[in-house]
Order: sequence, then structure tokens, then C-alpha cells
Amino acid sequence: MSDAVVPAKRKGFRISPGALPYVLSLPALLVCIGILVPFFTAVAYSLQRYRLSQPWARRWNWGENYWNFLSDNSFWNTLQVSLTYAILTVGLELVLGLCIALLLQKRTRFNNFVSIMLLMPLMTAPALASLMWKLMTNPGFGILSYFASLIGLEDFRWASDPSTAMLTVVLVDMWVYTPFIMILLLAGLRSLPKQPFEAAALDGVPRLFVFWRITLPMLTPYLLTATLFRAIESVQQFDIIYAMTQGGPGDKLTVFQVEAYLNFFQSTNVGRSAALLMILWVITYVLSMIFIKQWLKLRERQRGEA
Amino acid sequence: MDQTSTLEKVLRRVAISLVILFFMFPIFWIVLMSFQTNETILRVPPSIVFEPTLSNYVALITGRLETQAGTLEVNFMSNLWNSLFLSAGSVAVGLILGIPAAYAFGRIKFRGSEDIAFTLLSFRFAPPLLVLLPLTIYFQKIGLADTYFGLIWVYQLIVLPLILWIVRGYFEDIPADIEYAYRIAGHSWFSTFRKVALPLAMPGIAAAGLLAFIFAWNNFIFALVLASADKQPVTVGALAFVTASGIQYGQVAAGIVLSILPTLALALYAQRYLVEGLSLGAVKG
Repeated sequence: MSDAVVPAKRKGFRISPGALPYVLSLPALLVCIGILVPFFTAVAYSLQRYRLSQPWARRWNWGENYWNFLSDNSFWNTLQVSLTYAILTVGLELVLGLCIALLLQKRTRFNNFVSIMLLMPLMTAPALASLMWKLMTNPGFGILSYFASLIGLEDFRWASDPSTAMLTVVLVDMWVYTPFIMILLLAGLRSLPKQPFEAAALDGVPRLFVFWRITLPMLTPYLLTATLFRAIESVQQFDIIYAMTQGGPGDKLTVFQVEAYLNFFQSTNVGRSAALLMILWVITYVLSMIFIKQWLKLRERQRGEA
Repeated sequence: MDQTSTLEKVLRRVAISLVILFFMFPIFWIVLMSFQTNETILRVPPSIVFEPTLSNYVALITGRLETQAGTLEVNFMSNLWNSLFLSAGSVAVGLILGIPAAYAFGRIKFRGSEDIAFTLLSFRFAPPLLVLLPLTIYFQKIGLADTYFGLIWVYQLIVLPLILWIVRGYFEDIPADIEYAYRIAGHSWFSTFRKVALPLAMPGIAAAGLLAFIFAWNNFIFALVLASADKQPVTVGALAFVTASGIQYGQVAAGIVLSILPTLALALYAQRYLVEGLSLGAVKG
């Protein structure tokens, strides 16, 4: 036994055990530090008067970009549109996702097949999903425009009409992301312990009561994780809206990232664009700190059970 | 519990049918469109009876679109190739960078390891444009604009956190005793890592790699901001394709089908790991 313990002397460099983890994670860290540089640049831009069209007039104006937001109607419009979009999509997807998860809860071959099929929209690139819906809502030949006319909505213009543009992009978002919530909640539902449900069934407790008092509370960690995850992504949605209408018609759908993109590339107002993104960053940062706590709890729990 | 009435069974069936209809119909319809020419697409009322044609796919693959105005050259296949190259490249880089880091975070707990891991995770949630807009200016200056390398580097923002957190979970799940026993037998940490930890974490590495590939493929905003016309992946290319004049709608549909087919196929193949990947390793499917 004792001869096996003697470690074979090797040539070449040796890394001391204390430094090893740092060495291993260093490459990944370096790549990410490279990403931190543009982040700080963006902070600097947001404190400057900086237009690509007038580079000579570039100077520090400190909080002016932010200060101007207070009296800037289009900023408040952006905030309102972003929050409306996030609340609508997450709320509707949560309800729909939960309903579908409950429908598919039993582990039957059919249910498993359906839940796998429903992953297909989620695996479709959101930008391409928008194009698909654009083809389906085309006023000339779109099948959905035709369906709308069948139920009496003649000349229903979907994303090109200011009053239905939001509805259309929310619908596309729901098509893509409801399966995400569904699949998380389904995994949650199927991992719940059986005993409380068996006991309730034995006692003849009404099923609605079981749902509100047993299922829902036990599912809460999954619901919270899914909601926060989606809220963070939804408040910064870009792909679906940009591919569908580029923020239009008018300023109906100029959510944060779309507005910042247009500010940067069309009006070349880098300062305002960066300030908008900083405000969005603060919102997502707060949400993601709450999310990570919640996510960790869930992770610990799952590892404990595994 | 199983006292389901006939009414409830019927309602359940109806509900599931509606769900399937809503989520499957768009894909079904676009696939149908991709086998039609404008002639049948523009019919009123629409009908699912038509003579299928492969002409749209042929046109895209050969790169020659016949329009009323004449022949139009399109480069859709190069978009597909760009998508493949960018996604595969960023996953490869992500795995090379991510696996050692995941091992360090998961196995050898060290000072600040949790903080660093969370910082990396929080990158996943920051608004991408915040980083992208300054990067466009930097990339112009340091000559990374218009290179695959620059794009692959930026793609690490989505790929790396995913790989890191999924693979880390797999390393954590390997009982420490197995590795310890191997070390006691006189092997270096590197051969322990290579012969014990790596093979045991392989399913996680495969899952993370496949998912990262899908996410990279589906990404739109990075390439929209940073990629020049000849480096564009399908997500950006398809958008330009739609607005190009004189294009048949069937060809647009065929382009979409070709672009989503690879990710759908991969997803079906990897569906066992999807739950875990989508929740960044928090929930096991």
C-alpha cells in the first residue's frame, strides 16, 4: 500500500493547490472582464453629451441625460410600453403555462409527447418567430387576417394598427415563451411529494381546495423562479418587437432596447441611448438579484432531493 | 381522486386540442407555405389544397431567385453557414473556457468563488445592448469589426454562463470520495480531472453544449449590431431577406423553415436536458 502513496515525480511546471482554482477559472474571467470594459464605457457615455453626428460637441454633461428624462414624454412612453409589455406577457404566460402544465401533469405517453411538441416554439429563434407571424398576419394573404375577417373583424391590421400592435407582439411572445413556463412548472408539479395529495383525496377534500391550499403553495418556488426569469427577459425584449415592427407604428412599441437601438443608429444620440440602457440595467439588476436568491433556493432543494 | 366525469374528460380533450392548435399551427402553416408559389399563397380564401413545389428550396439552395423582374442572386446559404460557424465556434470556445472554470467552482471551493460565479451569472441578465453599443465603437477601433472572432467572443455572454452553471452542477454531484480515492492512488489532479471527473460529467457537458448551440443559433441582437452583411447569421439574414424586393413569400417561408430546422432537430434530440438547461441547472427534468 505504502508504495502506491508516493506520488510520481513529474517534470514540467506544477501549480500550487491554492492557486489551482484561480488558474482554472482565469480564462473565463478574462473573457468576461473584456465585457466589463464596454459596460463602464456605457456608463461614461450616459454621462456625456455625445452624438455621432457631432463628435466635436462631445463633452461631459454629467447627469443631464438623466435629468432630461423627467420632462421627456418619449422616455415615459418607453417606460410605460416596456412595463406594459412585461406585465402582460409574464402574466398571461404564467396563467396559460400553469393551465397547460396541470393538463399535462399525469405521466402518460401522450402527455409527454405533447409537452415535447410544445417545446418547438421555444426553440424557434424569437426573431424568426416574429417573421412567421408577420407572414400569417399579412393583410394581403395572411391566414390570421383571413380568420379575423371570418369572425367579422374586417380589415384587422394586427401589428400595423396602433391599437392592436401591442396585442400582436404579446401574442408572439406568448407563442414563444409560454412553453418555457409550462415546462418549468411541469417539472415542478411532477416532483411534488405524493402524500399530501393522497391524504386529501382520502379525506374527500374538494379538488379546487386542494389546488389552492396544497398544489399552489408547494409550487411557489417554481412559479417565482419562472416569473422572475421571464420578467427579466421580457422587460428587455428586443428581437420580437424589432423584427415585427421596429418599434412602430409611431412610438407604440418603443420598449427600452428598441428605443436605445434607434437612438444610437438613427438619431445617433449615444448619450441618451446609454442613459436609457442604464435605467433598464438598474431595473433588471434589481430583478436579477431577487431572481438569483430564489433560483439558488430552488437549486439547493433540487440537489437535496437528487 | 380519479372520479373524473365524462364532461371533465371532454373539456380536457378540448383544452389540449386548443393548446396544440395554438402552438403547432404557425409551424404547420409556414411549412405549407414553403411548398407553394405566390400563385397559391395569394388565393382568397386560403386553402390547404395545392400542388406542392420544391422550387422555393431549390431557389434558396442554388442562390438564384426567379422573379418577374429577372433573376436575383441571394446568399441565404451563406447566412446558414455563418450561423453554423458562429454557433459551433462559440460553443467550442465556451466549452474550453467554461469546463475548467466549472470544475474550479464546483469542486475546489475557493475564496470568492461564489461571488465570481454569480457575477458571471448576472451577465446573463444584463441588457445586451448596454455592452453591444460601446463594443461597436471599440470593434471599429481595434479592427475586430467584421470578424468572426469578435462575434464569437461576444457570444460568450450567452454561452459561457449556461455552460458554467450546468456543468458545475454535474461536477458537484460527483461524490468527492471517488476523486479522492484516485488522488490517493498517486495520480495528479489533472489526470483525476481527465480520467474521473470529466467522463462522469460528460452528460452535463453534452447537454450544455447542445443548448448553448441552440441559444447561439437563435441569437439575433448581437449579430444585428455587430455583424457586417457577409457575416450575418440566419436570424438577421432572414429579416433582410423579407424586405428585399421581388421576393416570393414561399421563398421567405422556405428560408424560415431552413433556419429553424436545425434547432428544432437538436431540441428534440436533447429534450431530456432542456428543463435543466433552460433553468440554468436549477431544476432537473
